[in-house]
Amino acid sequence: MSDEANKGLNSPLRRKLLMGMAALPAITMLPRTSFAQAPATSVVNTTGLAVTDTEVTVGILHSVTGTMAISETGSVEAEKLAIEQINASGGVLGRKIKFIQEDGASDWPTFAEKAKKLLVNDKCAAVMGCWTSASRKAVLPVFEQYNGMLYYPTFYEGLEQSKNVIYTGQEATQQIIAGLDWVNKTKGAKTFYLLGSDYIWPRTSNKIARKHIEGHLQGAKVVGEEYFPLGHTQFNSVINKIKLTKPDVIYAIIVGGSNVAFYKQLKAAGIDLSKQTLLTISVTEDEIDGIGGENIAGAFACMKYFQSLDNANNKAFVSAFKKMWGEKTVIGDVTQAAYLGPWLWKLTVEKAGSFDIDKVAAASPGVEFKGAPEGYVRIHENHHLWSKTRVGKAKADGQYELVYETADLVEPDPFPKGYQ
Amino acid sequence: MFGDYSLGDLGAIFAMQGFAGLILFSVYVLMALGLAIIFGQMGVINMAHGEFMILGAYVTWMTSNAVQQFAPWLFPGYFFIAMTLAFIASGALGMLVEWAMIRHLYKRPLDTLLATWGLSLILQQAYRSVFGAREVGVELPEWMMGSWQATDSIQIPINGMFVMALTILITIAVAYVLFWSSWGKQVRAVVQNRVMAGAVGINTEKVDRYTFGLGCGIAGVAGSAFTMIGSTGPTAGQLYIVDTFLVVVFGGAASLFGTIASAFSISQTQSTLEFFLSGSMAKVITLLTIVAILMVRPQGLFALKVRK
Repeated sequence: MSDEANKGLNSPLRRKLLMGMAALPAITMLPRTSFAQAPATSVVNTTGLAVTDTEVTVGILHSVTGTMAISETGSVEAEKLAIEQINASGGVLGRKIKFIQEDGASDWPTFAEKAKKLLVNDKCAAVMGCWTSASRKAVLPVFEQYNGMLYYPTFYEGLEQSKNVIYTGQEATQQIIAGLDWVNKTKGAKTFYLLGSDYIWPRTSNKIARKHIEGHLQGAKVVGEEYFPLGHTQFNSVINKIKLTKPDVIYAIIVGGSNVAFYKQLKAAGIDLSKQTLLTISVTEDEIDGIGGENIAGAFACMKYFQSLDNANNKAFVSAFKKMWGEKTVIGDVTQAAYLGPWLWKLTVEKAGSFDIDKVAAASPGVEFKGAPEGYVRIHENHHLWSKTRVGKAKADGQYELVYETADLVEPDPFPKGYQ
Repeated sequence: MFGDYSLGDLGAIFAMQGFAGLILFSVYVLMALGLAIIFGQMGVINMAHGEFMILGAYVTWMTSNAVQQFAPWLFPGYFFIAMTLAFIASGALGMLVEWAMIRHLYKRPLDTLLATWGLSLILQQAYRSVFGAREVGVELPEWMMGSWQATDSIQIPINGMFVMALTILITIAVAYVLFWSSWGKQVRAVVQNRVMAGAVGINTEKVDRYTFGLGCGIAGVAGSAFTMIGSTGPTAGQLYIVDTFLVVVFGGAASLFGTIASAFSISQTQSTLEFFLSGSMAKVITLLTIVAILMVRPQGLFALKVRK
């Protein structure tokens, strides 16, 4: 690195340089585009989207106020990073990405209204956004009516597929089945206690988990299944029930503030997670920040990405992320999935040679992103991603240590037969 | 459901379940006390109660960080400092709010509901802007974590016992202040007849301010204590507000004893039902029971006898 770049930790040049470097693994695999050769706007934009000769506008639609801000902040950060990196590497079809950010304010009607604004007034070529299923369900009719493109980052319950949405997180079967097989095989787990917050994602996920446990794992059974209202903070009674039934595995899909209460009380009640196997699909590094690493150390999480993944893409991504958002920020599964959104959109647009929504939607299946921090991903015909499923073990420092990953990419199956 | 278990196992579970109920009871009393003072004594519906609690939680978090940084030797005992600071911070904010907002609304009790709800939104966003949208983790000293091994199979959470002890202490203190100190007499005098109290030389404005401050300060201490069992984030206060109002309203708004009795009955119902049913169902049945009882006794369990 030149002397000039070393001047100050925050010098803009150094930051740009690092951004650029972080994007290198991704860029090297892409066809080079330069501004001089950019195709004419009339060719790449036939439907009146906000595309000029030098710029293309996309939307970012997340909650930065309200209850969900806690979760969605990471996604916003990742999307901005991806956009900055794409711009540093030449943009999309020779056009810089300009983003318009709207706040869904943790309120589903607001999400729908802002989605309409982004599509109708701002003519966004794509929107990166939403976090909860409720917000996605609220904007879905808007995206279908006004023909927009949504890149949705959260792992979710499945049972949905739309021409206008690319789901960059895992759907339920991808996240659940591999983890249950793993815990059954390596820990010899036979009895499972299912817990969840009381809304659609945990309930659907536990339904799939129960079907899999009872139908596909030899001699395994569910010894308890319970749901708690969102925001529930007292878990002592259920912890006593767990102590009484002594399940091999506690399978927990608890979200939000309840999560923190659950793990703190579990530890206080003397359940040692190094002896009692606990498998969760709802605690990313983001959540551990609030729970406290010492309270959850020893638990297993099953998802597709951990900040600690040891590969060149991820190292570059993590360091670029920390450069942009601070040394202390952590990166969870959804944050990484949100980072994929702008990149997948760029790759798809370049494959289609057009910003037109219909062409982008049609070109999406088969698009591969080799620079993904989680490794290689590819878009399936059903607009979900092929991805690996991984199991990590929580450490006291708030990070996960990878203990298992599937050998192959797991096929997304949003409408699983025999699991509904 | 108990056929497969040995008698010893069951005994241990029931003992622990008993403690779970008592811990829940303490949590309810602790979070409701501040509100009982403000709502019960002043008639102010303070929707921002949860946010005053979270202020206490954030103060605890900051104290924990500061102590770890500057005086690590103090860490095992930092929680007591944190609770004192939480009391002061929430109490001071409460007095400020009373001065700036509440005192103009005493004659319009329903408007306090809207005003304090707005205040709660403002405070939430303020926490989000200052501390960030993500939850923060409050680190506890080693001795406050884990559980106390009473027998081979009975484990009692230490933080639960801590909350119980704290609740008893604060309840006694509040009862003393309200019923035996001369300031408490003034408070009760103002509650019963504001004009008359003013006429005999009580500075009613000052009494109001300190009463509100005391209620908020206790909320701050509760928030500080709840960092041991719950989450600390900008909107975490919302997790407690419904239960808090439930306890106070069910107990009979103006009665401290009612608050305690109501916390006891709600917590026992909740924790017993939760053990035999699922968490959501337990909540549903508890709420239904409360609604039914309030239909028969709208004034709550214990009401002051007043001539109407």
